[in-house]
Amino acid sequence: MSEIRFPSGEVAIVGAYESPLRKAPGVHPYAIQADCVAGALADAGLEHGDVEGFATAVAFPPEGGDPMEIGEVVEYLGIEPRWLDSTDTGGAAFVSHAGHAALAIAAGFIDVAVVSYGASGRSSPVPAGDYNTGSWGPGAYEIPFGPSTVSSYALAARRHMHEYGTTSEQLAEIAVQCRANAALNPDARYRDPITVADVVESAAIATPLHLYDCCVVTDSGGAFVLASRERAERLSRKPVWMLGFGEAVGQMQMNQMADLTATAAVRSGRDAFATAGMKPDEIDCAQLYDSFTITVALTLESLGFCPRGEFGAFVADGNIAPGGALPINTDGGGLSSNHPGRRGVFAMVEAVRQLRGESPGATVEGARTCLVNGTGGSLSATATTILGV
Amino acid sequence: MSTPAKPVPYPDELSDAWYEATAAGRLLIQRCGACERRQFYPRARCVHCHADALEWIEASGRGRLHSFSTVHYTPNAEFSDDVPYVFALVDLDEGVRVSTRIAGATEEELACDMPVRVVFEAQGELTLPLFEPEDR
Repeated sequence: MSEIRFPSGEVAIVGAYESPLRKAPGVHPYAIQADCVAGALADAGLEHGDVEGFATAVAFPPEGGDPMEIGEVVEYLGIEPRWLDSTDTGGAAFVSHAGHAALAIAAGFIDVAVVSYGASGRSSPVPAGDYNTGSWGPGAYEIPFGPSTVSSYALAARRHMHEYGTTSEQLAEIAVQCRANAALNPDARYRDPITVADVVESAAIATPLHLYDCCVVTDSGGAFVLASRERAERLSRKPVWMLGFGEAVGQMQMNQMADLTATAAVRSGRDAFATAGMKPDEIDCAQLYDSFTITVALTLESLGFCPRGEFGAFVADGNIAPGGALPINTDGGGLSSNHPGRRGVFAMVEAVRQLRGESPGATVEGARTCLVNGTGGSLSATATTILGV
Repeated sequence: MSTPAKPVPYPDELSDAWYEATAAGRLLIQRCGACERRQFYPRARCVHCHADALEWIEASGRGRLHSFSTVHYTPNAEFSDDVPYVFALVDLDEGVRVSTRIAGATEEELACDMPVRVVFEAQGELTLPLFEPEDR
């Protein structure tokens, strides 16, 4: 295929909402989702009856879901969408849903779609491990050895250190910046500033990753609303346009990851930049999935914001801070603000808020473009979108 | 509360054959009769050329430590009594990468790309191919 086509500038995000909850014992995650869908629709000036398309991915136990979870959520919400998407690529899913919805809207099948998520990652009474696969089939050769989500990302961090001389202190700088952004966000899970020493001296979880290299665990949710250009221009909120999109699967089992220091964002980012007709230096800010500090490091390099192996210098030069070349995770990210299990929906919501000039965290003055990159599973799947106003 | 038993894969014909071999002290990988490349984990078809011409071959059990992580905390209760332990990826000399744990060595004794060799260890009803530094 010589050229991929995407309806750049034809579909907008017209509503967005993030639950202020961070701890909600006794609240079922579908109840959180219901509030988020209502919140996003109210922000858009739309009603439940306007929802023609619906997407969610909540099949893990703390998310309330089962294999047919989208059916349960639609039933719970009391809506009648004619277009459904429960593509499940872990935390990247909601960025993928946005891209899929844009294609369905541009094709004329639907006019309005809602993407939503909720989970009680912190308080769920349902016991859950953190395996991203079962042990029937591909996982049979990995799960009996005792991997965890953190240890999978830790393998990538170790290899990056070996190949490029990366240090724990360089990774820690990412957590420090996210906390500085979170300090401005009244809803963030943690707001007290931290130092590089705080990060590298925090408890070892799976070496070389420490506690503060890992995202927070919360009960929360979020949702956003997409609409056609024609519909968006009749609504009150400033439209945030979908300009480009890409998605890709790398691997699920860590033994299938040929290059531990690059993610599928090499491919999803390539497609997102190509469909938007843009280059990395045209991006004003970014929301990069920060399950762990190493996730951000590999994403900066895989998307081409800095050369391979050089995220440390890129971060040390102030590029990811407000006022830098590419401020990231302006609400505090998953590392400090909100991560109930999957982060993608919050990265989308914060991109919309930032481009409207309404970020609850750090404001990027004059931002016209924002890139969102979701990473799900064990560095498994990515989705990238470029938004603009 | 007692620790849950270690995960045992639900069987299929490939995992049955692979774990029967580990129980006999043999580490199997697949070789494609069409393109002659090797692959791991075992599949029905070649992941490189997609041919239906795979055969088992026994790996030498020697390789290099590609990466490793000492797990100090895990949410997976079956392993919570075992921490700290070293989860690892090993590149076998035959050109495939396997998931494993390091037996009998701590993090201070390990480095990426160091030579390692297989050592078989029982875990419940399974026999797992773990690895140790080659100079042991």
